[in-house]
Amino acid sequence: MMFLVSAIAILVTMGMAITRGFKGPTVYDRALAVNVFGTSTVLLIAVIGFLTGRPDFLDLALVYALLSFVGTIAILKYVSYGDLAATRDPDPEEDWSW
Amino acid sequence: MIDILSWVFLLGGAFFLVSAGIGLLRLPDVFTRLHGAGMADTMGVALTTIGLMLQAGLSLVTLKLLLIWLFIWFTSPVAGHSVARSALVGGERPVLHPRDPQAAAAAAASARQGDAVEGRAP
Repeated sequence: MMFLVSAIAILVTMGMAITRGFKGPTVYDRALAVNVFGTSTVLLIAVIGFLTGRPDFLDLALVYALLSFVGTIAILKYVSYGDLAATRDPDPEEDWSW
Repeated sequence: MIDILSWVFLLGGAFFLVSAGIGLLRLPDVFTRLHGAGMADTMGVALTTIGLMLQAGLSLVTLKLLLIWLFIWFTSPVAGHSVARSALVGGERPVLHPRDPQAAAAAAASARQGDAVEGRAP
């Protein structure tokens, strides 16, 4: 029962995150929403493992946590630099303080 | 007893997760939405995994849950910083803390009418 409640709450969070992912006006909103969606997916996999009495699913959750983080960083780096192998600042001349 | 504690932790985690989702939907710009996302990544994950650990007892499952928790605990600030920095570099500015207060009032009014600040494509 407690796992069911937790899984439903996680699913609600995933729904709201994916809504922001579709709506979000900028690409950064979308990247943030996908990040939250990935974290919720990790938790959902873990909780479903307990719900069905098969905690082996935790291995999948661990791997998905690693992949989700690398994916977020890769998306943001590609958006900022336009190149996954870039090493310098995007535009050192520009004043991006506010 | 363990079941009651587990209920408390899982319900606390559910509360933080749902408030993170509401924050993602309702807050006005990327920088404030980062705050909402942080709720899910810290307290949501922590309380939910602690609740699951109490159910698992002392076993390899608890160690795996601890590893998941530690990994998300360490990567969440990095991801948040990365989003904020690339948003700043890409031309986004905080709506709630602008240089020009009049522009801020206009932006807040348009955010109240429509969804958010009009699209400044990166």
